[in-house]
Amino acid sequence: MDYGTIFSSALASALGPTAIVYALAAIGLNIHFGYTGLLNFGQAGFMAVGAFGLSVSVVTYDLPFVVGVLIALLATVVLAIILGVPTLRLRADYLAIATIATAEILRLIFGAVETKDVFGGSNGLSGFAQPFIELNPYDSGLDIGIISYRRDDLWILTVGWALVALACLLIWLLMRSPWGRVLRSIREDEDAVRSLGKNVFAYKMQALVLGGVFGGLGGIVLALSQNNIKGSDFSTNVTFYAYTALLIGGAARVLGPVIGAMIFWFLMTGIGAFFSQATSGTDPLIPSDIMTDTQASLVRLVLVGLGLMLLMIYRPQGIFGDRKELAIDAR
Amino acid sequence: MPADNHSLLAGVADTPGVAKPDPIVKGSNISRQFGGLKAVDVEHLEIQRGVITALIGPNGAGKTTLFNLLTGFDVPDTGEWSFNGTSLQKVPAYKVARRGMVRTFQLTKVLSKLTVIENMRLGATGQRGERFWSAPFRPLWSSQEDANTQRADELLARFKLDAKREDFAGSLSGGQRKLLEMARSLMVDPELIMLDEPMAGVNPALKQSLLGHVKSLRDEGRTVLFVEHDMDMVRDISDWVIVMAQGKIVAEGTPDQVMSNQAVIDAYLGAHHDTDITELDESSLEAAAEQELDEEGTHG
Repeated sequence: MDYGTIFSSALASALGPTAIVYALAAIGLNIHFGYTGLLNFGQAGFMAVGAFGLSVSVVTYDLPFVVGVLIALLATVVLAIILGVPTLRLRADYLAIATIATAEILRLIFGAVETKDVFGGSNGLSGFAQPFIELNPYDSGLDIGIISYRRDDLWILTVGWALVALACLLIWLLMRSPWGRVLRSIREDEDAVRSLGKNVFAYKMQALVLGGVFGGLGGIVLALSQNNIKGSDFSTNVTFYAYTALLIGGAARVLGPVIGAMIFWFLMTGIGAFFSQATSGTDPLIPSDIMTDTQASLVRLVLVGLGLMLLMIYRPQGIFGDRKELAIDAR
Repeated sequence: MPADNHSLLAGVADTPGVAKPDPIVKGSNISRQFGGLKAVDVEHLEIQRGVITALIGPNGAGKTTLFNLLTGFDVPDTGEWSFNGTSLQKVPAYKVARRGMVRTFQLTKVLSKLTVIENMRLGATGQRGERFWSAPFRPLWSSQEDANTQRADELLARFKLDAKREDFAGSLSGGQRKLLEMARSLMVDPELIMLDEPMAGVNPALKQSLLGHVKSLRDEGRTVLFVEHDMDMVRDISDWVIVMAQGKIVAEGTPDQVMSNQAVIDAYLGAHHDTDITELDESSLEAAAEQELDEEGTHG
């Protein structure tokens, strides 16, 4: 048992590119669900549109990298509007159904054989991140003993965490403003907001677009960190991992999704590494008739799920949430 | 003051749908059907400016539905209606509110997880900080926000909620919520304020002060339309009463005229309420019962 390795791999994951991707996706969900009360179950769809917006522009249509990024962000805005126009006037659950269905449709289209010429089929698209990698100012990777990152990863981490910081700053500025107050009010009771002369539909649309753009940014960071993207990267569990991260950190808190994503990936990787070590080797800690190493790779999901349940029971407000605020619902 | 307000309506006949000297709301042929039930079927309706009008009627008479229709929260099947002379047909609820016609709700809708003062600030209209692009930049909206806060504080003091300023609205009592909702709607600075059962679930002590607040709305020049069940309340503060039953306006008039109106008494108590059932002919009752039994026999 090498606890040092387990810890350092967990830490590397908590600060790594995947945590950034999920932090951005969860920041988007925080705007949707945490502040406005919109149930978006299709954040993976927004991420996919961001990732493919970039890669299709660059690989399939040979456009410059910067144009690709702009197209990617524009595509998420368009997706949000298409989803919002028919569903935002209806009850909250219709948006949930429409978004989860749309995310699945997008995933299947992006991975389909029929659209292979544009989206690359099951192999996806790759090589589009070259202009980004070439901008890398670092000469070498980072190794501070407990964690180390390769040169490419270090560059994506710099840009990614800067994006997360900017996103948090923007959310903080927006949510202390009267605009944020309208969103939180819509979450509480949209008819009351309507009766005070606010165009609830327009605010919900703005929230859906903004959160969708952050989801798209998450998709772009994922695409850049892998330099390859395919439809199967955006299955529904991506959305639910992002929701888990948000709930761990605490909804409707600026730093909630960020800390939540870090904790989520620390646990996922740490528990995964622990069980992988505990079931491998000639004399495993857990005998193979209790658990084989293939089973071990799934145990982390069981344990993280259990952890989420316990969190919801004993600390439903998440790490950063305000217990006082939550107690009001109990009345 | 009441004398002046009554005089605005002096000489107006007490017939349903009667024309008023200076109506703020005018509507005709407004109907709304829910499945087989015609919830609202109003031939003609006018609300006089500058007075307190009560809308009364038994449960299910269509009062709240009429409120929803007038304020754009629901769309009628037929009819046209106007506010200050401009039509409100197909105007969404938020625009109705911006034009100066603001409603409250039967089941109070306070924003529980916002503080009382934040509830109030939300009510202010035309806020620069509510626009997405200017929201992140505080200097663009802070002066307006300060002015709104000052106005909100004055209203909170008037409605005796200033001690609760920083509390979550969800922690208020039922009566305090009614007060907060009324105060919040005043932040919109409405010409016509529509209160849906402002006294429901409010304790008697607070009722008196709520009554005072409703009167003060009229005294500062606003028009009030309210739905209420408590007849003493209606008699005490309203200048004009409109009675609805089964979706229709069945009577109108001053409180005294309405309370002695046979149609109103029938609507509330049933047309046969003063028939003594013990005096009903026993033999006719028996005949009816027998007939019923026969019918059951043939059906079975």
